[in-house]
Amino acid sequence: MDTTKKEKILSIIILICMGIMAFIALFPILSLLLASFRSSSVLMSEGMTLIFDPAELNLNNYEFIFSEEGMGYWRWYLNSLIISAGVIVFSLFFSSMVGYALALYEFKGRNIIFLLVLVILMIPFEILMLPLYQMMVSGQIIDTYLSVMLPLLVAPVVVFFFRQYCLGLPKELMDSARIDGCSEYGIFFKVMAPLMLPSFAAMAIFQGLISWNNFLWPLVVLRSNDMFTLPVGLATLLTPYGSNYDLLFTGSVLAILPIIILFIFFQRYFISGLTMGGVKG
Amino acid sequence: MNSSLSTPSQQIPPEKKGNKFTSFFNSKKVAPYVFVVPFILSFLILYLYPFVYAIIMSFQQVLPGQTEFIGLQNYERLMNPTFYRAVFNTTIYVICTVIILVVVPLLLAVLLNSRLTKLKILFRTAFFMPALTSVIVAGVIFNMIFSESDSAAANQVLAWIGLDSVDWQYNAVTGMFLMVALASWRWIGVNIMYFLAALQNISDDLYEAADIDGANAFQKFYYVTLPALKPIVIFVSTITIINGFRMFEESFVFWETSSPGNIGLTVVGYIYQAGIQQNDMGFGAAIGVFLMIIILVVSLIQLKFFGAFKKDE
Repeated sequence: MDTTKKEKILSIIILICMGIMAFIALFPILSLLLASFRSSSVLMSEGMTLIFDPAELNLNNYEFIFSEEGMGYWRWYLNSLIISAGVIVFSLFFSSMVGYALALYEFKGRNIIFLLVLVILMIPFEILMLPLYQMMVSGQIIDTYLSVMLPLLVAPVVVFFFRQYCLGLPKELMDSARIDGCSEYGIFFKVMAPLMLPSFAAMAIFQGLISWNNFLWPLVVLRSNDMFTLPVGLATLLTPYGSNYDLLFTGSVLAILPIIILFIFFQRYFISGLTMGGVKG
Repeated sequence: MNSSLSTPSQQIPPEKKGNKFTSFFNSKKVAPYVFVVPFILSFLILYLYPFVYAIIMSFQQVLPGQTEFIGLQNYERLMNPTFYRAVFNTTIYVICTVIILVVVPLLLAVLLNSRLTKLKILFRTAFFMPALTSVIVAGVIFNMIFSESDSAAANQVLAWIGLDSVDWQYNAVTGMFLMVALASWRWIGVNIMYFLAALQNISDDLYEAADIDGANAFQKFYYVTLPALKPIVIFVSTITIINGFRMFEESFVFWETSSPGNIGLTVVGYIYQAGIQQNDMGFGAAIGVFLMIIILVVSLIQLKFFGAFKKDE
């Protein structure tokens, strides 16, 4: 009897502690949401105040962002959507093929290629950044979607993930497909790829999130306002001299909104996608 | 997703021809090489070439139209107070984030795994949410919570407990606090997931055995949980250290690339400043080589640790 009472008290204490931690985790997101309904000029001069008049809340910022003047923002949104979609489609296509071959075929050089995958996992992107930038300049593809997407197209982490996943697939299926007269490529596309669907989902979310939130590289290669992605565009509004705070808060809310909606539906894939790489998002 | 993948690509030669070329292409021996072609190409073009180029560049003065070898001059130029400041800031940042991002998520994961905790899924989701925001959006929020104005949230809280307002972004200690806080806020949820996965793999038998030996909750944590989590702790620390040395955005959102007295300057920020903003590519590349050496050393230490653990098993 005594221990159950003790446990009950303990569990209430834990509940309170966790509640406080959860509040700390959610407070910034909630305050951003709230800020998007408040007067931007007040926020600029006073910062985010804890106490405010609820009557102050209005939809002006949202009206602004959906008006003519907010068009620049939606251009960034479109750029981010196109780039993320491109990265997801191409990087999943290429990386899954590589991971699949590394896991399920015996061929000369396989171990060397796998070793190379592991080695480039260790090379920080930042050291490749300046040469890559020069290559983009001399290839005259600076300030294009392609220049933003290129470094993400065959990500070693994604190759690694697909390889690990494919190791668990039944090889016998490939043999029986061969007997049925299926070509090697047909086996991949028609027989094995459908079995890899859960890994495609996790990697789509992983690569999508990386590319949606990617900042340093787009900042380096994008030059014109029309080509900016969302993070790069929002960062230009973040200057202390900026006068576009109305765009900044609503724009930030609308930038994370689709991610949060997707997260609610595909939580499992988000978690497996985000935790497998441990790579900066 | 599936439909886009099941459409035959150019890799599949037309079946009708049925000549030697097709059957060669289709053979079990050749197919894997076709599959790995994208990797080989990207390895050569996007990794190997720029990597070698970066090292060569670090010995050059790169100017438009004329590039000349200048030996070790770029590396000699590294010995300047600004670079020391960048390395110092980055190191402090790494130390702080490693401690916070291992200890806090570890404790929260243990609590989330405890049968005494209610509403687990709700808390897990709440902790994970910040990971969905980009650093830029997080920066927007932190900028207004930690604004220098007296009425901003952080300063208001200080006022309630009787402290003076702080100019968060104008002093080295609070500046570092802002960067560490932002990074920790975004990453705690992800690290919780790593630890939770590892905790769920610990066999119940171990705890039962500890119960029989009369161990209390703390002893069980110290003698059963912690040793079982050692590999994942090393893994999470390594990632945090590497990501810490690569930090750029957490500083950019507060000061862009020029902070008062360089309180926010990081190694990658210095690469960006030198290489992109000042177009001093050779010098930027030299900083990059320095960064790579640090990260290589960290990775090798980690590999050694992991290797040691494999032998233990």
